[in-house]
Amino acid sequence: MKRIYVNEKWCLGCHLCEYYCAFANSGKDSMVKALKNVTINPRIRIEEHGGISFAVSCRHCEEPICTKSCITGALTVNDGVIQIDKDKCVGCYTCILTCPYGAIVPSDTGAIQKCELCINNSSGKPACVAGCPNKAIVFEEKE
Amino acid sequence: MSKYVIIGNSAAAIGCVEGIRQIDKKGDITLIASEPHHTYSRPLISYLLYGKTDEQRMKYRPNDFYKKNKVTKKLGETVVSIDKKNKTVTLKSGEVIGYEKLMVATGSNPFIPPMEGLDSVKNKFTFMTLDDAKALEKAISKNTRVLIVGAGLIGLKCVEGILDRVASVDVVDLANRVLPSILDETGSELVKKFLEKKGVRFYLNDSVEKFDKNKAILKSGKSVGYDVVVIAVGVRPNISLIKDIGGKCQRAIITNNKCETSIKDIYAAGDCTESIDCASGEYKVMALLPNAYMQGETAGINMAGGTKLYDNAILMNAIGFFGYHMITAGDYVGETYESLDGENYKKLFYKDNRLMGFIMIGDVMRAGIYTSLIKNKTDLNTIDFELIKEKPQLMAFSKKKRSEFLAK
Ligand SMILES: Cc1cc2nc3c(=O)[nH]c(=O)nc-3n(C[C@H](O)[C@H](O)[C@H](O)COP(=O)(O)OP(=O)(O)OC[C@H]3O[C@@H](n4cnc5c(N)ncnc54)[C@H](O)[C@@H]3O)c2cc1C
Ligand code: SF4
Ligand code: SF4
Repeated sequence: MKRIYVNEKWCLGCHLCEYYCAFANSGKDSMVKALKNVTINPRIRIEEHGGISFAVSCRHCEEPICTKSCITGALTVNDGVIQIDKDKCVGCYTCILTCPYGAIVPSDTGAIQKCELCINNSSGKPACVAGCPNKAIVFEEKE
Repeated sequence: MSKYVIIGNSAAAIGCVEGIRQIDKKGDITLIASEPHHTYSRPLISYLLYGKTDEQRMKYRPNDFYKKNKVTKKLGETVVSIDKKNKTVTLKSGEVIGYEKLMVATGSNPFIPPMEGLDSVKNKFTFMTLDDAKALEKAISKNTRVLIVGAGLIGLKCVEGILDRVASVDVVDLANRVLPSILDETGSELVKKFLEKKGVRFYLNDSVEKFDKNKAILKSGKSVGYDVVVIAVGVRPNISLIKDIGGKCQRAIITNNKCETSIKDIYAAGDCTESIDCASGEYKVMALLPNAYMQGETAGINMAGGTKLYDNAILMNAIGFFGYHMITAGDYVGETYESLDGENYKKLFYKDNRLMGFIMIGDVMRAGIYTSLIKNKTDLNTIDFELIKEKPQLMAFSKKKRSEFLAK
């Protein structure tokens, strides 16, 4: 399956991936409308320390512990993509307790949100990958 | 005769079905449960009363689950005994069903201690099942005064569910603090204060000496009036089916890391079991939904001839009240690191270069990174512990590890 891979060597720490993610999932048709004067809440997050930076988003684990742990059945695996049914999610954060990568974040509605590889939003393919100016994030099939 | 028989229809039983079907797509599965409902998420009964979900959305699996997984279901039927020699189970109706492999996922039942005058209380409830929640819902209105006995997870979740729908909620508990099983004193105090601000009244370090129709006399001498009483003092694992046939039990049914009981071809999973907690190395009842699902799945895979071990279970919890969240895990032993900032609190427990446990209240972002340090028994010398103490982050791992996590 195609997954997102991150190479910290190429990451500039510019946070553009976060902005592209927030825009792709905003449901708005222009970046200005989606992002101007808004504190963004993206599904991909940059970690930075001591001159190193890299992006973290859901790994779409082969054995997704978030899905097995979800108390409502709101997290499911569909063709390898771990998806969230926001209507079912009650925001108990059990998935935040179990995801080893810290890839799940609360959304503004009380439900959680996570990377779904942009399969259900306006972008259609990972917007962070398309927006990264230095190819530090790629979307590839490995093995 | 059914190749697989499953007793129960909740997280552990559903995990078992999904585990079996990973290996064996065809073998007959018969699932028997006392509760008559489509599988639902037990923790959601408080969210149902709170108005955050409904009966359709609280289904743990979609409507076509049984059909898709070719499960013959017998809901509203209770298993009364197991015959391990002839490999059959007997239902209350008298029906006898043979099995090749049996799963016991019977969960637990509320424990009601003997309390003087309890018989005189007209409206009393436990809070474990969908039917309990619906019955409680019928009994309350804007004018109802509710007394909840028990300030543990279930009692306080019940508080959240009904607080805005009733006149008042009083909570009594023998312990001197709320949520003593998952929080330390500082944490308990934060949560108690938060709930008090919402209007909940607590009587801690106290207990009901006597119920007298619409009034409870407490040990302290105080008297609390009520219209409805909810008893949430604890649960008892349902172990009799296994105990009766000589299966190894302590507080609950003892299972190994394949989720087998001590009896051949009988497996058990979820709240009715006791197994090794990998943080402390001791046998514990780990009554939480993720554990139930993963034990059930492990059992299912092994029942169907696959091989799977579940050997990294720990006690853990994610719970919240009115948007105030807390996440806890592991064993609270060893040295500690604490930080307290307003309503945000964090405490880490570490020993022998391992993270043993943690408590996070308020800010719970990325808590799973801590959880995995406990489960993987990560040597803290291999990570930047000072950095990760501050907040959970992958940056604290070595470059090689980070690349394993994110680039492979
Ligand atoms: C109010 C509340 C809130 C909770 N909140 C959380 C939470 O936030 N997070 C969390 O992780 N956990 C929570 N829990 C715990 C969680 O619900 C349990 O860990 C989980 O449901 C265990 O699943 P189980 O399959 O082992 O058993 P159960 O859910 O107890 O199900 C047992 C099933 O077995 C059936 N059964 C029993 N005996 C028989 C018999 N003899 N014959 C036929 N059928 C039988 C019952 O009808 C039932 O369907 C909560 C529990 C409650 C009550
Ligand atoms: S949310 Fe976390 S546990 Fe779930 S699939 Fe993504 S990385 Fe894995
Ligand atoms: S927060 Fe939502 S997705 Fe996560 S475990 Fe709870 S119900 Fe499932």
